[in-house]
Amino acid sequence: MSKITLELGSGGRMMRDFLADTILPLLGNRYLEDLPDAGRLPGGIVFTTDGYVVDPPFFPGGDIGTLCVNGTVNDLVVSGASPRYLSLSLILEEGLAVEDLHRILKSIGKASREAGVAVVTGDTKVVRKGQGDKIFIVTSGIGTSVAQPAPARIRKGDKIILTGTLGEHSLAVMTARGEFGLTTRVRSDCAPLVFLLPFWKKGILWMRDVTRGGLATILSELADALPYPVLIREDRIPLSHAVRGASELLGIDPLFMACEGRAVLVVPKKKADGILEQIRRHPLGKKAAIIGEIGRPAEGRPGELLLETSTGGLRLLEALTSELLPRIC
Amino acid sequence: MCLAVPARIKTIDASSRGTVDHMGVEVAVDFSLLPDSKKGDWVIVHAGFAISCLDPDEARETLKLFRDIARAGGQ
Amino acid sequence: MKTPDIKAFRDRASIEPVLKEIARRASRLPSPFRIMEVCGTHTMALHKYGLARQLAESGLDMISGPGCPVCITPDGYHEAAVKLLSETENLVLASFGDMTRVPTRVGPIRNAVPARGSRLRIVYSPAEALEEARGHPEKEVVFYGAGFETTIPGIARTVEAAGETKTANFSVLGALWLIPPPLRALLESGATAVQGFLYPGHVSAIIGAGAYAFIPETYGLPGAIAGFEPGDMLLGILSVLDQAVSGRPEVANAYARVVRPEGNPQALEIMDRIFEPCDALWRGLGEIPGSGLRFRKAWIAHDAERKFRLDVRSSADDVAGCRCGDVLRGLLSPPQCPLFGKACSPDSPKGPCMVSYEGACLVHFKFARRKGTPHV
Repeated sequence: MSKITLELGSGGRMMRDFLADTILPLLGNRYLEDLPDAGRLPGGIVFTTDGYVVDPPFFPGGDIGTLCVNGTVNDLVVSGASPRYLSLSLILEEGLAVEDLHRILKSIGKASREAGVAVVTGDTKVVRKGQGDKIFIVTSGIGTSVAQPAPARIRKGDKIILTGTLGEHSLAVMTARGEFGLTTRVRSDCAPLVFLLPFWKKGILWMRDVTRGGLATILSELADALPYPVLIREDRIPLSHAVRGASELLGIDPLFMACEGRAVLVVPKKKADGILEQIRRHPLGKKAAIIGEIGRPAEGRPGELLLETSTGGLRLLEALTSELLPRIC
Repeated sequence: MCLAVPARIKTIDASSRGTVDHMGVEVAVDFSLLPDSKKGDWVIVHAGFAISCLDPDEARETLKLFRDIARAGGQ
Repeated sequence: MKTPDIKAFRDRASIEPVLKEIARRASRLPSPFRIMEVCGTHTMALHKYGLARQLAESGLDMISGPGCPVCITPDGYHEAAVKLLSETENLVLASFGDMTRVPTRVGPIRNAVPARGSRLRIVYSPAEALEEARGHPEKEVVFYGAGFETTIPGIARTVEAAGETKTANFSVLGALWLIPPPLRALLESGATAVQGFLYPGHVSAIIGAGAYAFIPETYGLPGAIAGFEPGDMLLGILSVLDQAVSGRPEVANAYARVVRPEGNPQALEIMDRIFEPCDALWRGLGEIPGSGLRFRKAWIAHDAERKFRLDVRSSADDVAGCRCGDVLRGLLSPPQCPLFGKACSPDSPKGPCMVSYEGACLVHFKFARRKGTPHV
C-alpha cells in the first residue's frame, strides 16, 4: 500500500495488520507490544488516546462531544481502570459556527460530569477552510487501575455477557447523514460504561467495548487468542426493532455494526447469572444478556468464533476485513 | 441480487414517490413499477423500488402448507 | 389488513418437517440429486441459515449458479469506474457497495484516490444517485451498478426520471445481465450435471414464470420459483423433488405470495423502453447471445460508457489457477478449487466468487469452512 486509503481507518483487520507491521517496528516498546487499547504504566496509571472524526458531528442521541468523552472513558473502563482525567485537543475548520462549537463543548462538559472525569488540559488549533471537516477532536485519558484484565484465566464454560442492544450508534449516524433514504427514530447508544467498573472486583475476566467492527470483530479477536472455540447464539443477541429493520432493508449485519456504549464481558461460569442480574439493574444494562459461551460447540476448533443461527445452523464468524457497506445484491 | 424485504406503504404521493415502514424504519421508495399501490399495502422493496406486492391470502396459504406438511410428517 | 409475520417462514417448527419431507423424497431418487440454485442470494441464504449442510446430509447437492452479478461482471467495468473516479474532476461515482470491493489490476474502487472535487458515494438505490445529480448540478454524477432483472427496472425508471427532469449531469454505467440466457446456454452446452433448478424469487417477480418454460419443455428438468426465507427455499426444493419423483417437470411457483405468473408488466415495459438486449461477455462463462442490455438510442445521453468514452471490454485474464468460471457453471464446488482457502481468501481474493457477498466461494468460506482445512 503506497497511499493511505479510507479502508485503513475502518478498524478491521487491515488496521491491526498496519499497526503490527508498520507502527510497532518503528515505535515498539514493552508497553506497546500487545497493541492494547490503553497503556498500563508504573504507579497504577492507565493511559489511552483516541481521535474523533465522526461525520456529521451532530446525530440523534449525541454529538462528537459526547463521543469523545465516552469513547475515551470506555477505553479505560474496559482496561480495568477508573477514569479520572482527560485532555482535549480541538482541531477546528475555519468557518465552523461558534454556536456549534458551544453545543459540542456543552456536551463535553455534561458527559465529563456524568462519567466523573475532568478535562484538565487542552489545545485548540484552527485550519484553513477545506483543510479539515468542521471539527476533529483528539482526547487522551488517564485512569487509575482497579484490576488487571485476566484473559489467561478464561476457561471452558465461562459465559459471555453483552450489556445491551447492538448497532444503534451506527444507525443513528447513518440516519443523520441522510444515507440510503433512511428515516429512523433511533438514537445513538453513546454512553459511559463506568457502571461496569465494580464488576472487575466481582470476577470478570475480560471486557471490551463494542465499537468499530462490531461484536463479531471484537469477539473474533478474543477467540483468536484463546485455545478454545467461542460460541454465540443469534437468538440471545439483543437487538432493537430499528436496527433489525434497517439491517434487513439494507443487508447490513448487526454483528458488525458499531456501538458506543455497549460492552461485552467474559465472566466465570458460576458468577454469570449473578453478575447479569446486577448489570440489568442499571438503566444502561437493562437489555443485558448472556449471549454465548467459551469452549462450545463441541465440534468447534481453538480460536474459532461460531454463531448458532436462529434456525439451528452453525456458522463461522470472522473479523470485519473491510468497511461495512450496504448490500443490494 | 435479490435482496428485498416486505414492507408496509406508509406514504405515497401523486408522483409515485413515498415511504415504507419496515419494523419502525422508514425508507424512501419509488412506486413507479407498481402503479396501483396505495397506503397500507404490503410491498417487496428492492434498491429503493417497490417491485411486487405481497398477497396476504397466498401468504396464509403458504403458512397453512407448513402446517399440513408438519401434520403429514407425523403420520 | 393484517399480514402474516415473516418470522413464521424462518421458524424451526415450520422448517424441520419440510426438511424431513425433503429427505424422504430424496431417498426415492438416485443420490446425490443435483439442484442448481441460480441466484447468489439463495446460495448465501442456504448457508447463512445452516441449511446447506442439512440438505447435503439428505442426499442433495446444491450447486451455486451464475446469478451473482458482481461475480459475472468482467473486471473491465470496475477498472473503467476506477479510471473515471481517479481521473475525472468534479465527479461523484454513486455505486452499490459490493462493486467497490472487487480487486482489479488497478485495485478496488473503494481504494481509488478520487480526482480533485470527486468522490465515491455508496448508495442503496439508483434514485439516490439521481437526487445527488439534481442537488449538485456542478458535478457529473455517474451511477454504477450491476444487476439482473430485479434491479434493472429501477435503474431504467431512474434514467427515465432523469430524462423527464432534464438532469443532464446524470448517467449510468450499467453492467446489466439477464437470467434466462445463461441457463439456456448452460443446458445447450450439455456440460452440466444439474437435475433441477431453484429459480430466483425476486427476478421472477419481474419476469414471471414463463421465462423458464423452455427448461421443463425442452430439457425435461424440474424447477421451482422460491423466496429467500428458509421456509421458502425448502418448499421450493421440495417441489423440485416432487416433480422429479412424479416425472412431471414444470415451472412451479413456491413463492406465490410475491410472484405472479405474468411477472410485473410495468417493470418489463420500462426495461424495454430504456434498454434493448445485446450479446454480452460474462466473466467465467464467455459470450452469451442476448444476455445483456444496452441503452436504446433515444436514451444514450445518459449512457456513461458513451459519455465518458469508457472501454469496459478490456479485461484481465483471471489469475492463473482461478476456477471461478467452473464454479459459476456448477461444475466445481469452492473447496475443490486448488486456490480456495490457500492463495484465495476474503483477505486476498483471486477471483470474483471470493469477493461478492454472494459469491459461492466467499459464502462457503464464511459459512461452511472451518479454520485450518477447507471443508468439503
